[in-house]
Amino acid sequence: MGEFDVHALRGITVDIHEGEFVAIMGASGSGKSTFMNILGCLDIPTSGEYLLEGVPVAQMTRTEQAHIRSRKIGFVFQGFNLLSRTSAIENVELPLMYQGITAKERRERAMEALKAVGLEKRFDHKPNELSGGQQQRVAIARALATHPSMILADEPTGNLDSKTSIEIMAIFQRLNDNGITIALVTHETDIAQYAKRNIVFRDGHIIRDMIVETRLNPEAEMRKVLATSIIDNA
Amino acid sequence: MGFLNILKVAFNALKRNKMRSALTMLGIIIGVGSIIAMTGVGAGAQQEIDSQTAAFGTNMITIRPGGMTAGGVRIRAASQLTLGDGEAIVKHSDLITAQTPVIRMVASVVSAERSWGSPIFGVNTSFTTIRNWGIQNGAMFTDQDYRSGNKVCVLGQTVAKNLFPGQDPVGQIIRIQNVPFRVAGVLEPKGQLASGQDQDDMIIMPFTTFQKRLGVNRDLDYIYVSVRTAQDMDAAIEDIRTILRNEHRIPSYGDDDFTVRTQEQVNELAKSISKTVSILMFIVASISLVVGGIGIMNIMLVSVTERTREIGIRMAVGATEKDILLQFLIEAIVLSLMGGVIGLIIGVATGLILEIFTGWNIIVTFVSVLISMGFSAGVGIFFGFYPARKAASLNPIEALRFE
Repeated sequence: MGEFDVHALRGITVDIHEGEFVAIMGASGSGKSTFMNILGCLDIPTSGEYLLEGVPVAQMTRTEQAHIRSRKIGFVFQGFNLLSRTSAIENVELPLMYQGITAKERRERAMEALKAVGLEKRFDHKPNELSGGQQQRVAIARALATHPSMILADEPTGNLDSKTSIEIMAIFQRLNDNGITIALVTHETDIAQYAKRNIVFRDGHIIRDMIVETRLNPEAEMRKVLATSIIDNA
Repeated sequence: MGFLNILKVAFNALKRNKMRSALTMLGIIIGVGSIIAMTGVGAGAQQEIDSQTAAFGTNMITIRPGGMTAGGVRIRAASQLTLGDGEAIVKHSDLITAQTPVIRMVASVVSAERSWGSPIFGVNTSFTTIRNWGIQNGAMFTDQDYRSGNKVCVLGQTVAKNLFPGQDPVGQIIRIQNVPFRVAGVLEPKGQLASGQDQDDMIIMPFTTFQKRLGVNRDLDYIYVSVRTAQDMDAAIEDIRTILRNEHRIPSYGDDDFTVRTQEQVNELAKSISKTVSILMFIVASISLVVGGIGIMNIMLVSVTERTREIGIRMAVGATEKDILLQFLIEAIVLSLMGGVIGLIIGVATGLILEIFTGWNIIVTFVSVLISMGFSAGVGIFFGFYPARKAASLNPIEALRFE
């Protein structure tokens, strides 16, 4: 009867360092989404602390959290979550608008971010004129545009086919090589193998936290996929 | 987010649902449109009444039989005005320059080919001076006509047009109750009163003729007098009262058995009626504005629900509660202000059309524009706040999950 508390996460302690590429794994209901929401300042833990770049952000007001999201965190979602009927570049500009950046600088920085994901030629296309992979690249560009401390990706390849998933993971690896911290949630073990570190949740506890020994190489994976598709077609 | 950006987002959102936005604005359009038109008509009517006061003869005083009690109830019983009363007033007061008895009946009037029903007034030759009314062609009947009770009359424009279309009535014969009258002249056009009564629909003839030839033998309906200058009005009223009380032998404790009114006072009444009507119209228009506001609130609530996911996205990329609140609030204000501007245009257009039909000057004042614009912005803020507040307080996680 009535509401009762569900403890999605129970007393966990995790350190994520600058420049890391962490894959967070677990079955649904394991607490990984709650963990991501707390990392992204979208949710407040009922107890405990969250330090982002040494700043305690867990107990901040909604407005302060919005400022943290605006400046330090870039989100990438499974469903892309682009504004429909709004061009790619305007979608990328959106977070910059909330920072009060001038129109000219917004445009430059958004273009730069679109270049980083290889979509600069499609800047004026609306989401419904782009493929799923392209939409996700726009979403990644949007996350990049503010030069955040960390990119949080929630099942970024969940709605994509395997070939496009590899392309997206290649972009994440390249961004991480350039020094951006990335945390991504996935339930696919092979996607997790593109990261440097895997954290596995079950029932609100961390059951495994390990360094990925043999990271997947997107180019090699792509060759494999192409080879199988040739065989399938033959 | 900068104000211009918020405005752009608001316009884009409204553009996406053109039909819906237009229908939502309708309430405000009607409200503001009717406020502008109504206040315009009201101001025009007041001005019209003022100009009629001048046309009627500002220095004119009307005396009627029957007193007025303190409570404003007219008593008619057994009171009368006679020719002698009018003559006594001119004789005993230096302030009164002219007087005319007025007796009135409605009868059907026949020319050679046509007939027409019209009020007929028995007056003396001072009538045109007192009413400040000229003769267009022909001439007024003369004092000789008055003394002898000759069968002559002067027609108002409406009567002339209806009995003698396309002809000059002067010198022609009309019949009233089978008595022939020669048309001596035609009065200048005077137009309608604010009450809609056509002043040109009348025939005047000598009072004596009226009594003798039409066989009417009763007391006067009114006495019109003309006062020397406008400054003397109050003193003239006092003179008239003293003279008439004396003539009627009213003891000092008795009430007047007549009523003295300046045209100014008569028009004050007309003005206060037109003002009351304006206020009522204004209230009706305000109700329309409130209903329009509820329409805006309703549509904004629908919009917030529809765009929950968009709100979630905006929050995730850094929009604060204030950003979201402003976005939806400004959308509501833009909606109601646009409605206000369109309403303003329609209101002015309606005023211009009414001007053609009524011939009144429709006055759209800067104040009424300011009030109606302020009103519509206020409606936008008041009815937009709740939906905007609702949008701003959404939980970003739930908003993002919303399908």
